[in-house]
Amino acid sequence: MVSTTIQPYPPRLLTLGELQQIAILARKHVIEMLLEAGSGHSAGPLGMADVFTAMYFQVLKHSPRNPDWEERDRLILSNGHICPIWYTVLALSGYFDVEELKTLRKLGSKLQGHPHLSSAPGIENTAGPLGQGLSQAAGIALGNLMDGKRNHTYCIMSDGEQQEGQNWEAYMFAGARRLHNLTVLIDRNNIQIDGFTEDIMPLQPFKHKLEAFRWNVLDIDGHNIEQIIDACNQAKSTQEQPTAIICNTIPGKGVEFMEDMVEWHGQPPDKKQARQALKDLRTLQGRIWWE
Amino acid sequence: MSSKQKKQPTGTTRDGFGEGLVAAAQENDQIVGLCADLTESTRMEQFRETFPKRFVQVGVAEENMVGLAAGLALSGKVPFTSSYAAFSPANSWGPIRSTVCYSRLNVKFHGGHSGLSVGPDGATHQALEDIALMRVLPHMTVVVPADKGQAFAATKAIAAEPGPCYIRTSKFEVEEVTKGHSFELGKAQVLSKGKDVTIVACGIMVERAVAAAKKLSGEISATVINMHTIKPLDVKTLMINVSKTQAVVVAEDHQRAGGLGSAIAEAVVLEDVQVFMEHVAVEDTFGESGPPEEVLKKYGLTRDHIIAAVEKSISRKKHNSR
Repeated sequence: MVSTTIQPYPPRLLTLGELQQIAILARKHVIEMLLEAGSGHSAGPLGMADVFTAMYFQVLKHSPRNPDWEERDRLILSNGHICPIWYTVLALSGYFDVEELKTLRKLGSKLQGHPHLSSAPGIENTAGPLGQGLSQAAGIALGNLMDGKRNHTYCIMSDGEQQEGQNWEAYMFAGARRLHNLTVLIDRNNIQIDGFTEDIMPLQPFKHKLEAFRWNVLDIDGHNIEQIIDACNQAKSTQEQPTAIICNTIPGKGVEFMEDMVEWHGQPPDKKQARQALKDLRTLQGRIWWE
Repeated sequence: MSSKQKKQPTGTTRDGFGEGLVAAAQENDQIVGLCADLTESTRMEQFRETFPKRFVQVGVAEENMVGLAAGLALSGKVPFTSSYAAFSPANSWGPIRSTVCYSRLNVKFHGGHSGLSVGPDGATHQALEDIALMRVLPHMTVVVPADKGQAFAATKAIAAEPGPCYIRTSKFEVEEVTKGHSFELGKAQVLSKGKDVTIVACGIMVERAVAAAKKLSGEISATVINMHTIKPLDVKTLMINVSKTQAVVVAEDHQRAGGLGSAIAEAVVLEDVQVFMEHVAVEDTFGESGPPEEVLKKYGLTRDHIIAAVEKSISRKKHNSR
């Protein structure tokens, strides 16, 4: 197993296998911290473990020992409720102690139930009410363009939150202003609290909608770390448009009884379920290894 | 008004904002302006012409405007957003609360065309709730300048004040009633001193409060306070004066609930002073179209309504002390 803290920037070249191991380790922490907290969301954080791992251990230019580094890329999380995976990957990449993860949602914790700007190192924005992240990311990207800075801005969003109108105001703006230094990664896991996204408010044809708003759109397997890295590289080389990467994911990925189950959107595992989940993760590790 | 008094020049607080923004931006090159398709009428036009590269047209999208401003603040800018108060903060309050205020971002909000004094556009455009919406938010500073000169000074002051600030302006012409009084955020201006009643007003109602005090002079002597900063409220100046007069009249072009009157009532009940307060404000109703002065008259926001409120509060005081 890789050590718990890895200095990701300047980058040490990690192998694909190491990145996959980090993603599994991150999932383990997510299960443990949700169990400890007794509340929180399970499916989204597990489903986005591969994306967050790819971002913090490969894609982002950042410095955990110097979180306010002027030249850093920024990652804005719009669907704040999946913050357990954000906190975990921040801790694993060295922004703060992994022990801190156990304080999630507890009184006085740096790790609020939904993220709060600067409450812990590496947290770049406040999020909770859905649909408010993309505008902020676009504002940062715009500010960087105004100043001639080359920093890239990333925004992670959910598919359910596309129903918020503010997102489409922001898509329209970023497309019109050709914010090529902005990349959005959308967790297309097809679930939201009340059910399946396509039942509640169909998003399809999502790709075409985004293209109509003048975005460059890529559609990938959100569990394939190579694809995530490749898509981010493609996004950076697109000079005239912002890029949206639709990351098709399985909610609850890695824990068989949670996968694709709407019920697990907004609840944590109990002790027995957590034991089973951790066992599943070990199996997942085996599958990845030998496939 | 007596004939020997020369009428002060008039102007609008929105013009004061527009000129103040340009002046502030000349001193600080990090200031940027965002507007939701109301550049001329919210007086951001001059800024756009002077600093075209620092101006961001966001289209009719107030929520996104606030989010963009938050992002610009995160990248080190000092963004000013501008719209009608009936659209921002009214349509954009969620992002103002969660994205900006909770993170204490350095974003400035301009709400123009506030109050019944908007006139012919009607109730949809007459923001009567914006002071309440902004006042309840932690970290927010709320300023309602009384005249053009003060709006100029207030805009420059909030540009230099770290954290979220709201400035409420009007398109209604008012006299330069604060001329000669220096402006300081959070420091109320005592425009005249009296012993019988304290009239506290903000925005366009300050001119009316001054006129009411003048009309009453001879029989009733009134202290007139221009409470331009509603948050943080200058409780000290308020209490020094209110404890002397006990009779208090608050006047604002805003709903009775949640505005300046509420702020003053909240402060006063915590002190050991008995007050007899009357409130000249909109009585839990929407306005309607009409010439501004006629709308203000119909809904009770004139000099004479302030005079009636003064008489009532003084009469309550006398009755109570018997």
